[in-house]
Amino acid sequence: MSLIEALMPNLPFAQVGFVEATWIMIVKSILIFLVVFSLVPMILIGERKLLGRFQGRYGPNRVGPYGLMQPLADVIKLITKEVFRPKGAVPFLYLIGPALVVLSAILTLSLVPFGPVIGDTVGLYGIDVSIGILLVFAFGSFAFYGLLIGGWASGSKYSFLGAMRAAAQLISYEIALGLSLMGTVLLAGSLSLTEIVEAQDKMWFIVPQIVAFVIFLISAFAETNRPPFDLTEADAELVQGYMTEYGGMRFGTFMLAEYMELFVISALGVTFFFGGWLGPGPDWLGPLWMLLKTGLFVCLFIWARATLPRPRYDQLMSLGWKVLIPLATLNVLVTATLVVVL
Amino acid sequence: MSETGDNTGVNSEFPYLKEGDEVIAVQRGPEPGGAAGAWRAVFETMRGLKTTMARLIEGPVTAVQYPEEKMPVYPRFRGRHKLHRFEDTGLEKCVGCSLCAAACPADCIRVVAAENDPENRVSAGERYAATYEINLSRCIFCGYCEVACPFDAITMGHEYEMADYNRGDLIFTKPMLLADSIEKTPLRREGE
Repeated sequence: MSLIEALMPNLPFAQVGFVEATWIMIVKSILIFLVVFSLVPMILIGERKLLGRFQGRYGPNRVGPYGLMQPLADVIKLITKEVFRPKGAVPFLYLIGPALVVLSAILTLSLVPFGPVIGDTVGLYGIDVSIGILLVFAFGSFAFYGLLIGGWASGSKYSFLGAMRAAAQLISYEIALGLSLMGTVLLAGSLSLTEIVEAQDKMWFIVPQIVAFVIFLISAFAETNRPPFDLTEADAELVQGYMTEYGGMRFGTFMLAEYMELFVISALGVTFFFGGWLGPGPDWLGPLWMLLKTGLFVCLFIWARATLPRPRYDQLMSLGWKVLIPLATLNVLVTATLVVVL
Repeated sequence: MSETGDNTGVNSEFPYLKEGDEVIAVQRGPEPGGAAGAWRAVFETMRGLKTTMARLIEGPVTAVQYPEEKMPVYPRFRGRHKLHRFEDTGLEKCVGCSLCAAACPADCIRVVAAENDPENRVSAGERYAATYEINLSRCIFCGYCEVACPFDAITMGHEYEMADYNRGDLIFTKPMLLADSIEKTPLRREGE
């Protein structure tokens, strides 16, 4: 960070809570990326297995022991497929669509705290910024550019419709998501994700902010385009929406981004409502607790996917605008009043 | 207003009903919206989640692990055809009469008959099938050939795994139809 400040001294930078040596930052970012990158196939196989069990099936069990090599087989298949571009597609935009989506997921990942500062040298997170939540939303909204550009540049009406739906859905639910997190911000008195976690030392925020948590959960489904709110993909009507014209590893990149976003939003949910890395045991156990809680959260997403049908598009919109946003606003108002009074 | 028949007392509610009309109660869902609607949405969601969780705890029930585990068939299941021999003499039952080919609605059987050599008999009758081919890509497994055969020489077997890579490989010749199948298809037992 000091290097950047030295090069560009007059830029307004966000305050950073804890700064390590540059080489530690580089090692840390590579490590976090690799860990989450290798978690994605695990989520993938876990989802397919669990989904099967939820529906009275076995799920994939052919490739490797218990079918655990299935994601590898899928990736090999996707990589060896032909790289193509539809005739009506806009070349450059068609290419950067998937890249933008995956970039946004990785950027958000850098803010997720996996643990406290260990021994005054290494903080177990990408970077601790004083305006963490704002950056989370900035990077999260970034994904929508990828979807929109990818869907529009494909030159197909299904992709276009899917992209338009994605745009409307993400914008609507971003507001509810943001407002639902404001309650925790008020309670913690900070926008920094690590400070929010540390504020949950005595009590997880799920207890005082249960309404906010429900709103967060519903919005999170919409934000990650996961069933039951996968209207942007809607296999039955839009044949995968913005992904229709993508094939091979470009499609794989979209899928990778989707599962990374699932991980990120689960990690954020744990950070804001379930005490992040806090748990019994020494500090260095933090990442384990974090991953465990996040895993359970991911299972919740899969459970809902196996259960709930997709709502109609207007139902989705009216739920977002007429129910969630007023409710979230009310929640913020009540929380603010209580914080001031008590 | 339970099921059918008796509708006395409902005439004030449904004036168009006459005495003796059959009434079928149609269940309608409650109107959406409002506090009750919200509660119902939440409750039904919970009920749905409970249902799927019960399936998870119950474990997989429906799936048959196909290549290892095969669906058993009923004894009268019409699978791939078989040609038969007499068990004592080993002679073929088929006499090349082509009645099966005549009965076949899909026109998938081809029989070319030839005279038996008395020294070296192939079948029990005067003639035998020099060529006997069934094109399984055309066969509709109706079993008419089995019915038409006067000597029970052709019957429908139990084998149902006949997928292949080439259409040509689906034309089964006499030696293939005469041979015992490599794997036995499991049979459903009585009462199963």
